[in-house]
Amino acid sequence: MSQLTLSRADIARLCERVEGAQLGAYAIPKLTDDYPAMTVADGYAVQAELRRRYLARGHRLTGWKAGLTSQAKMRQMGVNVPSIGFLTDHMARPENSAITTADMVHPRVECEIAFVTNKVLRGPGCVLDDVLAATAYVLPAVEIIDSRFSGFKFDLPSVIADNGSSARYVGGGRARYAQDLDLRTLGVVMEKNGEIVAMAASAAVMGHPAAAIAMLVNILAEQGEELAAGSFVMSGGITEAIPVKPGDNVIARFQELGSVSMRFIE
Amino acid sequence: MDDNTIRRYGDELYEAWLARRTVPPLLQREPDITLDQAYGIQLRTIERRVAAGETIVGKKIGVTSKAVQDFLGVYQPDFGQLTSGMVYREGETIDLSRLIQPKAEAELAFVLKEDLSGPGITAMDVIRATDYVAPCFEIVDSRITDWQIKIQDTVADNASCGVYVIGKTRGDPRRIDITLAGMVLEKNGELFSTGVGAAVQGSPANAVAWLANTLGRQGIPFRAGEVILSGSQSALVPVADGDELVCTVGGLGSCRVKFAGRSAV
Repeated sequence: MSQLTLSRADIARLCERVEGAQLGAYAIPKLTDDYPAMTVADGYAVQAELRRRYLARGHRLTGWKAGLTSQAKMRQMGVNVPSIGFLTDHMARPENSAITTADMVHPRVECEIAFVTNKVLRGPGCVLDDVLAATAYVLPAVEIIDSRFSGFKFDLPSVIADNGSSARYVGGGRARYAQDLDLRTLGVVMEKNGEIVAMAASAAVMGHPAAAIAMLVNILAEQGEELAAGSFVMSGGITEAIPVKPGDNVIARFQELGSVSMRFIE
Repeated sequence: MDDNTIRRYGDELYEAWLARRTVPPLLQREPDITLDQAYGIQLRTIERRVAAGETIVGKKIGVTSKAVQDFLGVYQPDFGQLTSGMVYREGETIDLSRLIQPKAEAELAFVLKEDLSGPGITAMDVIRATDYVAPCFEIVDSRITDWQIKIQDTVADNASCGVYVIGKTRGDPRRIDITLAGMVLEKNGELFSTGVGAAVQGSPANAVAWLANTLGRQGIPFRAGEVILSGSQSALVPVADGDELVCTVGGLGSCRVKFAGRSAV
C-alpha cells in the first residue's frame, strides 16, 4: 500500500471534518483539496480513526463493505481501484422500513450480495475459495451510500476517509448457502416506484462477488487487521447507484435470493 | 408508397444481403415510410430467401430494451423472420465473411410446443406453450450503411437479423426464473457485460406475448417448433476473426460461439 504522509494531528483534523459531515449531514469539499499529497494509506488512517471514535461511543462493528468493485461503479465514480469501509449497527435498517433521508446528504441505493462469515479470514493472499470456505451463508442487501463530498465528486483517498460513502444498509430477502448457488450468474433488478432503474448480474462485481470479499480481506491485512468470524460483509454494488428522495419506494429483486424493499421519508 | 415500390426496396435489400454490401438508409430516400410498409418490405426480402430455397424456422424480437428504444425513439419492439440459412449449431464456427458489419447479442431463445395465435395472448400463455428455453447468440447485421438505422430501416431489413446459434443446454421456464436469471457475457475469457431477463420488456415472456399478438394481427402464423429469439440481454459486442464469446444464463447454462474470417466492413 501507499505511504502514510499525514501527521497524527492531520488525521485527527480530517477525521473530525468527515465525522462532522456524516453526523450533521452536510457536504464538504474533498479532502485532497486541502491535502493534495494525501494517499490511500492516509485515507485508511482517517477511516480507522473514524471507526475508533464510533466504537468508543458504543456503536458495534457489524462488518465491512467492499466498494467500487464493479466496472459500472468505477466508471460512474471515475476511480479504478476498489476500496473498503466498515459497518456498524447504527447504519443497519430493517427490511421494509421507512428510512429517513433528513440525516443524509444525497443518498443513493445499490444492490449487493452480502456474505456472513463463520471463520476468521486473514490476508495477504486471501483468494475466492478461502472466502467461500469461510462463508456461513449469503443474502441479498441494499446499501444506501451517501458521499459527504459535494456533488458525489471525490478521489480515492477522500472516499476512503469518508468510509467508502457508507451510510445505511438493509439486509433481507432469503439467506442461502453459497454452495447451493452459482454466485456469478445471479440476476438483479432494482425498481424505484415500480419502474426498473438498474439491472445486472452478480459477475459485474469483479467477476464473482467472493473475489471482492477476498480483496477486502487483503486490504484489511495491509492495515494489520483480519475479518472476524460472524462478520456481515457486503461485496459491492452489482448495479450502478440510484439517487433516492423522500417518497421513493425501492425494491431490489434477486434471482434465488428473494427481494429487499424499503421506502424513504423526510 | 405503392406495392411496386415496396417490392423494389425488398428486392434491393435482398440483393444487398446476397452480395454482402450496404445500401443507403431507406428513410433518407422515402421519408414517409410507415411501419406497416417497412414490414411489407421485410416480407418481400423473406419471400426472396424462401424462393431461393430457404425455409422459415422462427422469429426474432428486437428493440426490446429501454436503451435501444430510447436510441430509436420507438417504444415497442419489432420483429424479423428467422430462415434456415441463418442457423448455426453450437460448436460450429461462425463464418464472418458471410456478414457485412456484424455484432453479437446474448439472448434467451424460446421453442414452442403449441401454436400461439394472437391477439389475446398473455405472458402466462407463453409459459404454458413453451417447450424449452435456451441461451443463444444472435449475430445482428445491417444491410444499411454504417448501421444508420431508424425503426423503418431496421424493420425493412428483417430487424437487422444476421445469423444465430442456440446453445445445446435446454431449460424449462417453469423451473427457471427467466425474469430474474442473470446473463453473463464473456469475450475471449474476460467479462464483457452482464444483464438480466427483465431487461427484455420486463420479462422475455412479455416480449414473446407481444410477438404472438403482433403476428396475430398481421395474419402471420406462429407455430409449435418455431424458434423465438426474445431480445438482447447484453450490450452489443463487436466480433472479429478469432473471437470467442460465452453467454451464461443463471440457473440454465451457457452458449459458446467462435468466429472466423472477415466481415465485409
